[in-house]
Amino acid sequence: MDEAAIRATGLTKQFGPRTAFSDLSFEVGAGEVFGFLGPNGAGKTTTVRVLGTLIRPTSGTAEVAGVPLGEGSDSRLRGLVAIMPENPGLYLRLTVYDNLEYFAGLYGVPKANVRGRILSSLDTVGMASRAQDSAGSLSKGLRQRASLARTLLSEPKILFLDEPTSGLDPVATREVRELIEGLRSHGVTVFLTTHRLDEAERLCDRIAVMNTTLRVVGRPDDLRRQLFDSTIEVRTRVPLVDPQSVLGGVPGVRTWSLDGDGSYQVTAGDIAAVTPELTRALVAANADVLRIGEVQRTLEDVYLQLVNEDVEVRR
Amino acid sequence: MNFRAVAVFRKELRDFRRNKLVVATMVFLPLFLLLLQIANVLAIKQGTPENVVRGTLGGAGLAFFLVPLILPTVIAAYAVVGEREQGTLEPVLTTPVLERELLIGKALAAVVPSVLISYALYLSYRIVVQAAAAPVVVKLESRPAWVVADILFTPLLATFSIWVVLAISVRSNDVRVAQQLSGLAMIPMIGVIALFTFQVVTPSVRVALLGALGLLVIDSLAWRVVVRLFDRERLLTRFGST
Repeated sequence: MDEAAIRATGLTKQFGPRTAFSDLSFEVGAGEVFGFLGPNGAGKTTTVRVLGTLIRPTSGTAEVAGVPLGEGSDSRLRGLVAIMPENPGLYLRLTVYDNLEYFAGLYGVPKANVRGRILSSLDTVGMASRAQDSAGSLSKGLRQRASLARTLLSEPKILFLDEPTSGLDPVATREVRELIEGLRSHGVTVFLTTHRLDEAERLCDRIAVMNTTLRVVGRPDDLRRQLFDSTIEVRTRVPLVDPQSVLGGVPGVRTWSLDGDGSYQVTAGDIAAVTPELTRALVAANADVLRIGEVQRTLEDVYLQLVNEDVEVRR
Repeated sequence: MNFRAVAVFRKELRDFRRNKLVVATMVFLPLFLLLLQIANVLAIKQGTPENVVRGTLGGAGLAFFLVPLILPTVIAAYAVVGEREQGTLEPVLTTPVLERELLIGKALAAVVPSVLISYALYLSYRIVVQAAAAPVVVKLESRPAWVVADILFTPLLATFSIWVVLAISVRSNDVRVAQQLSGLAMIPMIGVIALFTFQVVTPSVRVALLGALGLLVIDSLAWRVVVRLFDRERLLTRFGST
């Protein structure tokens, strides 16, 4: 990994007797889009708030944009990062421009640069023509985009996006995703919390799955490999007479199982080597093969596997 | 003034200007009090017993001191808890703005219009008194103690009011509760002012200056308390950081 933009070690946050999250340790590389997944109440938003210095951790340490979390560094750190909360939080009576001008002031953007910075941020999110519109007149998708423009004002090194597409329709969701992809190309580190697994899979270089504790961190492909054996799906027109001798006899096959009438799931270590052998064995057994191919595990499978494990443990 | 505090101040004023209810409240209440007091004072005829005149003028004085006490509560009670309810507070807290900058900006945005309105009110009242009131009224209202008290007490009372209301606002969970508690919190100060306006305490320039000094001390202490009460974690999560 390149230089770490975020480094958390043993980070824990408790609210009285309730643990929001505990013992989080992970790193996010500079320029990376890092997905943070977990069910409701997993501690994702609290993690963002702790890393953004809005609330203090109960224990553990973290370094964000090279600045350690702690008393005295809060204001400096907040100048290097930007957080887009789930709720856009715009002043609805003010225009989009006035909203952004206020935040440019809070970020300490020099007066001479304020107008240029606002127009550039609005241009990035495709809202330059809506600058003088009242924020209250915008659709939810446009408010989300205006909120994203607000986070760009300070030209942050790290951007925390908390459920940025929550409640948006498919078109608005796609627009926000395209904006995030655009940010990646500008080298901004993006820390993205989301429920949407397809979104995480599409946008994120690496993801972490948490449920008050960190369950896994890695690239989506690596996580799939870690959690699931490589599986080949075989479907024949007529069920095999002796599947054990056909499927179980192929070198490299670990296990096989019946998955419905004439449908089999075969696990193997090296799919590239086993698939041709398996095909030959099926042909030799005079099987009418309808389909043979690798089962593609999605990030959703990974996520559900981990979350279901948690549910099982709690039972 | 600090750049970030100026940004807060400007935004607050813009937001008030576009809130017709706030603007109407800030205009209607002082105007009503002004007209009421003018009517009372103009009703006084030459030869009216002095104790009656003093009583009427005491009521008018109290009314003019109520304006800088009450007007800021209309604005400031909403300042923190209202932003939290509206969901605009969290984005603000993610910026480098310091607690004191945010609070000063919000306080000034409530103090400045309140003080300007209070002065305008007092000035209008004095003009009418000079032009149309009975000589006994003109004489009593021109006492230096009253003029000094009005000039000095107005901004100090408004500032006191702001800090009390902000203290309530940063610890409340509901705008209505904040506004009601703010009204109650003003009662002791109204009592103290009434001692002065109804001449229970003899009004003199010295007393006015001492009162102003006392208010200044109270204001600076209240400011420190409010900054300490402002707890980002509590505002975002309802759990305090300590």
